[in-house]
Amino acid sequence: MLRFTLIRLLQAIPVLFAVVTLTFFLVRAAPGDPLASDKAMPPEVYAELTALYGLDKPVWQQYVSYLGNLLQGEFGPSFKYVGRTVNELIAAGLPATAELGIYAMLVAVLIGVSAGVFAALRPNSAQDYVPMSVAMMGICMPSFLLGPLLVLVFGLWLDWLPISGWGVIPGDKILPAITLGAAYAAYVARLSRGGMLEVMSQDYIRTARAKGLPEWRIVFKHGLRGGLIPVVAFLGPAFAGLLSGSFVVETVFQIPGMGRLYVQGAFNRDYTLIMGTTVLFATLIIVFNLLSDILSVWLNPKLRQQYQGSSQ
Amino acid sequence: MSTTTSTLPAEKGTSLWQDAWVRLGKNRLALFGLGVLSLLVVVSLLTPWLAPYPYDLQNLELGATPPSWDHWLGTDTFGRDLLTRILYGGRVSLAVGFVATGVALLIGVLYGAIAGYAGGRIDAAMMRFVDILYALPFMIFIILLMVIFGKNILLLFLAIGAVEWLTMARIVRGQVQNLRHQEFVEAATAIGLSRWAILHRHIIPNTLGPVIVYTTLTIPNVMLLEAFLSFLGLGIQPPESSWGLLINYGVETMEEYPWLLIFPGLALSITLFALNFLGDGLRDALDPKASKD
Repeated sequence: MLRFTLIRLLQAIPVLFAVVTLTFFLVRAAPGDPLASDKAMPPEVYAELTALYGLDKPVWQQYVSYLGNLLQGEFGPSFKYVGRTVNELIAAGLPATAELGIYAMLVAVLIGVSAGVFAALRPNSAQDYVPMSVAMMGICMPSFLLGPLLVLVFGLWLDWLPISGWGVIPGDKILPAITLGAAYAAYVARLSRGGMLEVMSQDYIRTARAKGLPEWRIVFKHGLRGGLIPVVAFLGPAFAGLLSGSFVVETVFQIPGMGRLYVQGAFNRDYTLIMGTTVLFATLIIVFNLLSDILSVWLNPKLRQQYQGSSQ
Repeated sequence: MSTTTSTLPAEKGTSLWQDAWVRLGKNRLALFGLGVLSLLVVVSLLTPWLAPYPYDLQNLELGATPPSWDHWLGTDTFGRDLLTRILYGGRVSLAVGFVATGVALLIGVLYGAIAGYAGGRIDAAMMRFVDILYALPFMIFIILLMVIFGKNILLLFLAIGAVEWLTMARIVRGQVQNLRHQEFVEAATAIGLSRWAILHRHIIPNTLGPVIVYTTLTIPNVMLLEAFLSFLGLGIQPPESSWGLLINYGVETMEEYPWLLIFPGLALSITLFALNFLGDGLRDALDPKASKD
């Protein structure tokens, strides 16, 4: 188990390195001057700024110094938000995004798992079809459509919930969390239904039934552990989806988070901000994929033995 | 697919494809999906003749009106007929869906087949590369591409296709790895078929099932991605029309003119719904192992 974790950790390093390199050169390949602005700039100021951002040096030197700074956790000064570092901007945006992500994940797991397990208990009955059809609708309803529709119905027509903001008016976090979590709840429901169906047809479940265990113990103790493996494997990649989903949700609900920061950075050609957020997003995604890999090995005794036995 | 010939007057076998058709025919939801998709393709091809108005015909005096006899789905703030806009938008969305999926299919199948067949170090290196691309937050990557190199539709196709091939490559590689050690492939090697011949005559045809299934599921994903980018203002540019763009406009005016959000949203949702059902149905039909009903 420890060995597996270590190997996966070591494997993550080249991936991260590739992400940083690719982003760096992609951004540098962009046409147009990052320092160009609407106002004419005196040449001295321009030269000073160029020197400040290191743009006067050859590209490879910029790359090396960027890597060096990155190793120390420094993303450098922002191009457009004068006087602020990318670290500060990220620190300001991250809490809202993290909170939104956690709520969305809660929505996804709680609703998804209960709906999926509920459906799997009576396959091919109404108890199965109704939640699964709703789940399908959840998958087919993109967040940029679901969000505005929820705002329209619950915010504007019924006037029950606030339609924008984050932590300003009580209850303004409900609609964004549901919007972001809904599609994942749907996926989780389908996966947990499939996983449960598979597990519940296994021999050891029949043995448990034959022993006369009560049904709820069979489902919760023996069924869930195996049945939720697909869900766990899904959660890592789902996190990546949550991050990009946050672009839309944060835009629609005007939440000052990382997603909005990124979209603005991209529109403003804020080089350092784009690179910083990309590297951060990539790191988070890699870490979460890693965690979900480790967790699925831990949940699956067959895989666990394989990694303990061989030195692969 | 590989028909077994035997000297016995054995019972008449049915091929996997025949079985699949029968199974698909029993799945009402999948048939519904197939119907919607066919209808959509036909309507998209005939849009210039079917659409009641030119797609950019403005009528500023009329402005936004709710659905009426003249304009079945109403008009937008410029007095343009919404039904026409949705029809033309569907054309664009569908084209993006098909072309980008085609790009993904081509790259993914070739790449996965080569990696799986080569095996060993080449395979490890190739799949490592896929892992790296996978770890790249692809939405960010696409937004980056669109922002840096301008918002043109060709690039959009390429960018989406370039992202979606990864899963395809993984699926194909897994299949090929399994197939490589099957007896009929060993036999083909033994009679001296070239690697390339084995690859395109035996390996690739046998991976078709999962590839078809995944392709069907990729198309709605791609359409969703296009709509997402157009919604953010990074995809299709006005005065062209696409469902994402229409939804974006609809959101801006939803308080006064909710139909401008609801109808394009319905068009997108129904299409995605249908395509997903079709994909699921195909999976059940083509991959009997995966469905255990």
